[in-house]
Amino acid sequence: MNAPHHREWDTLRQSRARRLERAASLGLVGKNGREIPVDRIIDLLEAVIQPGDRVCLEGNNQKQADFLSESLADCDPARIHHLSMVQSVLALPSHVDLFERGLANRLDFSFSGPQGARLAKLVQEQRIEIGAIHTYLELFGRYFLDLTPNVALIAAQAADAEGNLYLGPNTEDTPAIVEATAFKGGIVIAQVNERLEKLPRVDVPADWVDFTVLAPKPNYIEPLFTRDPAQITEVQVLMAMMAIKGIYAEYGVTRLNHGIGFDTAAIELLLPTYAADLGLKGKICTHWALNPHPTLIPAIESGFVESVHCFGSEVGMDAYISARSDVFFTGADGSMRSNRAFSQTAGLYACDMFIGSTLQMDMAGNSSTATLGRITGFGGAPNMGSDPHGRRHASPAWLKAGREAYGPNAIRGRKLVVQTVETFREHMAPVFVEELDAWKLQKTMGADLPPIMIYGDDVSHIVTEEGIANLLLCRTPEEREQAIRGVAGFTPVGMARDKAMVENLRDRGIVRRAEDLGIDPRMATRDLLAARSVKDLVRWSGGLYAPPSRFRNW
Amino acid sequence: MEMLEFRFDSKPGARPTDPALCGVVGSGNLEILVQPSEQPDCCQVRIKTSARGFGATWRAVIGDFAASHAAGGTAIAINDMGATPAVVSLRLAQALADYQGGAL
Amino acid sequence: MSLSLTNRHCWFEATARARINGLLDTGSFSEILPPAASQPSPHLAQLDLPGAFDDGVIVGYGQLEKKPIFVIAQEGQFMGGAVGEIHGAKIVGLLRRAAREKPAAVLFLIDSGGVRLHEANAGLIAISEIMRAVLDARAAGVPVIALVGGSCGAFGGMGIVAKLCSAILISEEGRLALSGPEVIETVAGVEEFDAKDRALVWRVTGGKHRYLMGDCAMLVDDDIAAFRTGTTAFLADWREPAPSAALLRARQQVLENRLAAYGTLRDGLQVWAALGVAQPESVPMLDRDSLVALKEGLPT
Repeated sequence: MNAPHHREWDTLRQSRARRLERAASLGLVGKNGREIPVDRIIDLLEAVIQPGDRVCLEGNNQKQADFLSESLADCDPARIHHLSMVQSVLALPSHVDLFERGLANRLDFSFSGPQGARLAKLVQEQRIEIGAIHTYLELFGRYFLDLTPNVALIAAQAADAEGNLYLGPNTEDTPAIVEATAFKGGIVIAQVNERLEKLPRVDVPADWVDFTVLAPKPNYIEPLFTRDPAQITEVQVLMAMMAIKGIYAEYGVTRLNHGIGFDTAAIELLLPTYAADLGLKGKICTHWALNPHPTLIPAIESGFVESVHCFGSEVGMDAYISARSDVFFTGADGSMRSNRAFSQTAGLYACDMFIGSTLQMDMAGNSSTATLGRITGFGGAPNMGSDPHGRRHASPAWLKAGREAYGPNAIRGRKLVVQTVETFREHMAPVFVEELDAWKLQKTMGADLPPIMIYGDDVSHIVTEEGIANLLLCRTPEEREQAIRGVAGFTPVGMARDKAMVENLRDRGIVRRAEDLGIDPRMATRDLLAARSVKDLVRWSGGLYAPPSRFRNW
Repeated sequence: MEMLEFRFDSKPGARPTDPALCGVVGSGNLEILVQPSEQPDCCQVRIKTSARGFGATWRAVIGDFAASHAAGGTAIAINDMGATPAVVSLRLAQALADYQGGAL
Repeated sequence: MSLSLTNRHCWFEATARARINGLLDTGSFSEILPPAASQPSPHLAQLDLPGAFDDGVIVGYGQLEKKPIFVIAQEGQFMGGAVGEIHGAKIVGLLRRAAREKPAAVLFLIDSGGVRLHEANAGLIAISEIMRAVLDARAAGVPVIALVGGSCGAFGGMGIVAKLCSAILISEEGRLALSGPEVIETVAGVEEFDAKDRALVWRVTGGKHRYLMGDCAMLVDDDIAAFRTGTTAFLADWREPAPSAALLRARQQVLENRLAAYGTLRDGLQVWAALGVAQPESVPMLDRDSLVALKEGLPT
């Protein structure tokens, strides 16, 4: 009888041990809190990373492990190559340098806004293989299945003598990344802004961390979620009024997420004024899965908001957040702990509404921010903007939407997924189109599917300057198409509407104009905004909000 | 710059003698001057616009405005610096309301 | 903070017409050469640009607390408030009429980067005519008060015009200078002046700095009602002095002393320290009343 083929069951542990030995042989032992001298970082990376590794580099929406990213890009491509990068956001130039310099050749990610054009070029030149574009929660999920990192390069605010880490308000994706890596034999390397005797709190225990390095300067944080109220237009105010009266009030939306943009910033700034005048305080917008938008400050101060759980923090908001611990999730130390994975989960299952904007929409309601020449991904929108079939708990908004979609005997509810968009973008580019650029992009990317951000099936309402289309009430694809054309304004798609059908849809309340909602468009002025400038936001916060310098003239 | 001129039938409305001006010629914006005209059933519009090639869109926007407002008897002059149809429609409604004296 | 914030009508964002409406007694304003009677700029038309019916400036007369007042209001959102031929002619005509009819004051709502380059020499000549007309109106005993608080500030030739006025009332959002920040950076380099450093730009040209330096008679909140009360209060105490060489020489001496004292300083912070401000870095964040109190407490 043959003995069963011998298989080793701890190869990951062995590999980890060998990597750490290689580092130790160079004198890189990570003593004293796992600390590595800053001038030895390249030696460390070249010792513990192997060709073909899957590496997670912490490029979050806000926080960036920039020192580690630049150091990795400076490693020798003869020693480190064919890396598969897994990361939330391709934010920094050094993230793309990794591919241009031949260290990495494969990428799985979620969002690449700032590097979208360079990424498209790399794809065209066939110097990168994109595994897939994901939504954040999806990517985190795969860290625990088939995209587990061998090495994680993360950013923390501080380390103590043992190597415990404090992540601070920008906790973001780190907990998910570290857990997946540390518990499958991976190596965790953290750049830190400072060393402390005692951490305000422990966000990552030292057991899970292999090496720390004190970065030459504090890690970069992108102020992605700050919108200057001075940029909000009258048309955006009009659309915000329609959304508040025609959707938030109609369905009694208390639990929600806003996709970032000036359209939703306008809604946030209309809560203390327009929404309060409609008697909606306490009836809408009480619980949020949301980054700490400065434009939410007036609504918080006015008593609209009970709770906000954040994906990450926002530059300048830390002191305000700490002073509003009833609203934000803060530790016993007083500072916020954010968590993208859990916020995304809350947004998926616990929110009754998502509302956000887009760049293009077709006649089925599919929308995409993908445009030719740029590969940008979607971030959290596909998750937030999807109707979760796993949901079981009821709420009035969910039940009402469910009845609209499935009739009076509906067995389930529906999440409100609202797209709010002006019919034309800059340079008179129409938002509403017969075919999304996403199809052309699919071909140039060689992807399995067109990069669609939110599927038409999930969309419940569309808000434009022309009115609101309620897709839940549409019973056929033709009705849905005409409802969309009926709010597509003077775009070619809108002008091709069947006028009689649209009038019929209007009679049935499927398409509603501002007048139908009792809104006089002439009331839509910037005077309605609770804050009209960044300075106003600072005043609303009692001086606690400290905007970054690009938003200040003082 | 493109110069466009349109005439649409429109329901006659109030025709005060004092002209009304609305808006400012800033980027993405426009100003609209409304005055009484000799023809009570017709809305005349003359446009000077920095954006070229959008004649069909202007025609649709003005046509829609004339059909849905009592703008008969007005002569409307527009200076435009690239406003979208959304802004144009909003401004036309504001200008007509200011002209006809419907103060908010 | 509260909704009293939302009841403010800020000057900075308001159109020229909205500023006039809030500044003068309700319904008292009469426009001279209204849009229907005015002409857009022939120069802009030649350059294939649509003009504005009022060429970006409104002139007329009305009342402030029942006193007869003439008004000039530049529209900063049109071509940066820049002065073209027709724009300038309207201003000059208004000032000459003021010299004849002697209202209680001319309120000059400046919101301009200076000469409209599109109109080249016509714009330059217009500005020099405005300067002459301001001085003539003042010589006739009519105060000409500049109100500065819009997004364009008072720059270039209009910065000079502002300083020729009897006095300047300014808000913290307002700016007063000659060369624009971008021009300085382009000509002298970013180390000399970083035009993107907005906090620096305001420390060097902004209302608070100009007020502390004595270039402006009054600092007011960025609020149309505040400009109204400030202007009313200022006019109540102001008597337009007769033109006098002695006064001019005295003013020249003050400016020479100022240049000697502060000429090498590079930032408002340094000037405020030299003026005797204990914590110069706190100035940009002070509210209007606190800053006025601070100035009143400074050694003279």
